[in-house]
Amino acid sequence: MLEVKNLHAGIDGTEILKGVDLSVKAGEVHAIMGPNGSGKSTFAQVLAGHPAYEVTEGSVAFDGADLLEMETDERARAGLFLAFQYPVAIRGITNAYFLQSAINAARKERGLEELDTLEFAELLEEKLEAIGWDDSLIHRAVNDGFSGGEKKRNEILQLAVLEPRLAILDETDSGLDIDAVKAVADAVNKFRSPDRAFVVITHYERILNYFTPDRVHVLAGGRVVMSGDMQLALDLEARGYDWVTNGATVA
Amino acid sequence: MTEVERPTPVAAEMKAAASLYVDAFERFVGNGAASVPNWLRDRQRQAINEFAELGFPTTRQEGWRFTDVKAIARADFALAPAVDASTIASSVRQYVVGGGNQHVAVFVNGYFAPSLSSVDRLPAGVRLGSLREALDDNVELVKPHLAQLAETGGHPFATLNTAFLHDGALVYVPERTVVEQPMHLLFLSAPVSGSTAVSHPRALVVVEPGAQASVIESYAATDSHQYWTNAVTEVVVGQNAKLDTYRIQRESTAAYHTATTRSVQARDSVFSLIAFTFGSQLSRHDIHAVLDGEGSECTIDGLSMLRERQHSDYHTVLEHAQPHCNSWEYFNGVFDGRSRGVFNGRIIVRPGAQKTDSKQTNNNLLLSQHARADSQPQLEIYADDVRCTHGATLGPMDDDHLFYLQSRGLSRAEARALLTYGFGSEILNAVKIDTLRTDLDRLVRARLAEDGSPS
Repeated sequence: MLEVKNLHAGIDGTEILKGVDLSVKAGEVHAIMGPNGSGKSTFAQVLAGHPAYEVTEGSVAFDGADLLEMETDERARAGLFLAFQYPVAIRGITNAYFLQSAINAARKERGLEELDTLEFAELLEEKLEAIGWDDSLIHRAVNDGFSGGEKKRNEILQLAVLEPRLAILDETDSGLDIDAVKAVADAVNKFRSPDRAFVVITHYERILNYFTPDRVHVLAGGRVVMSGDMQLALDLEARGYDWVTNGATVA
Repeated sequence: MTEVERPTPVAAEMKAAASLYVDAFERFVGNGAASVPNWLRDRQRQAINEFAELGFPTTRQEGWRFTDVKAIARADFALAPAVDASTIASSVRQYVVGGGNQHVAVFVNGYFAPSLSSVDRLPAGVRLGSLREALDDNVELVKPHLAQLAETGGHPFATLNTAFLHDGALVYVPERTVVEQPMHLLFLSAPVSGSTAVSHPRALVVVEPGAQASVIESYAATDSHQYWTNAVTEVVVGQNAKLDTYRIQRESTAAYHTATTRSVQARDSVFSLIAFTFGSQLSRHDIHAVLDGEGSECTIDGLSMLRERQHSDYHTVLEHAQPHCNSWEYFNGVFDGRSRGVFNGRIIVRPGAQKTDSKQTNNNLLLSQHARADSQPQLEIYADDVRCTHGATLGPMDDDHLFYLQSRGLSRAEARALLTYGFGSEILNAVKIDTLRTDLDRLVRARLAEDGSPS
């Protein structure tokens, strides 16, 4: 589903990603771990198409298409979703209105009829029921005055409504309490399916107590320096990052 | 040698331009139809003398630095006459934003037009209609308030309005009376053949102690002709009274609009004003709200959506004269094309007005690199136990906001439209009357659609 090859990217002339390789198949859950400043968040932003980052080398194929040639919104409509670590607040726009606009953008792309407010409300109710949440966030302005946990839940709600093929969850440098971590992990477990893949970016392994990734990668110095299974995450927890990254930064 | 301060050529011209209006005033008072009680005539003489002294303001004057009214001074406007209301009877409903069950009083070129109005379902004692009529039949209702507030402070356009006061709107709500449906004052400008005209719409809103009402003031034109509206609204809110007001300025884009709103509030009263600006090529609105009774609350919000070469200027003053009062001010501006917005927000806390809580916010969104906005907060605090905050934002659409929306599948154009709409809906959400909010929402969306962004 996602084939990243030798990806180099940076911002303001500074290279941050220095040759990332990653292969994710449908149905898989990957965890990307690494110390602060290793390029984890940059990797997520580059995949989503943030205009501030410049890709200088390498390729990214998403379901066979050249992802780097697509605009951010085209990537989203093609099924790529990034759950932001720090989602911005959109004042004056309710969550419901925002989600309706987003889902209709995707439907338009697929040649489907747009949902009117009533149809959308039904869909939303269904989704909320599926994840077991009430509608308290729905009529508030998007992320405006939300707590960290509420923002996180809101990102997951968007994921639930938009049903992406590939969900990238950026948990870098997370200051979340345990409930928020669980909410994210629950979402992974709930929406895990044979045609959907997850890439969960995290600094701490604690989130992996709640779901088991198929693959664990260590990103350091802008490259994937080690890959393995859940055991790698446990080793990192026991030994820290130094034993993997020392070699990487020197190299 | 002594230095003599010589007026600049523009200052001299702007002062000289006032003489046209002084002449017009003499003709106006010579006309028997404009007869008013002596006390009012005295005020009017005083007002025109003051205007002659002040002249049209120049951009060298504090308070007028960003707004150049030379074009108004040079246009030689004639005083707009009353026109035959029957010619616009069929189309009047389209100008009534919010529709529904409102009580509507229509004024054409400043004259009350009873045939276009629907004011027959009002609760007992409530007056909605002609100020002129009240001067004739119940002057005691009007005299304590009329022309008491507005022209203080040397505002040339307010004094000019007072000088030409002849008719206008009166809203009077007696003690402990609740008017359920909104009362709408619709000020229409109709073209005058052979000249460009100025009208001086006047409104007096008096809400007696314990009463509750909402008033909508709107300004529009029957076609896209050039004219000048110079409005004054005086608002008196009694003890424990509650008044919500809305002001919708949809003048022709060829028009000039100058306006002054003055309000004074007694103890434990609640007053709000939400001002929407869509129209006119140049508009200037001075709002001065005085919290003159302990425990009163005042909210002044605004939304300006401008494009092309439109210019709008809001000068607001929130004056805390008594302790334990709260005020909130929230102004959003959306500026496209070469338009320009000015916001000057002054908060005055008088000595002794302890426990004042005042918050001012002004956000400006520039949709084009040629659009411009100026925001100036001014705090004058003469008490020590107060909380006053202000904040302003100014700039183009935020890239991180656009990225976030695009990452959810919205095209760049859709994302821009949504963010712009958010600026508007933040203010729309404060509108408490459902039908009015729905209509205003439609106006905002239509405006966005016309500007080429899908909404």
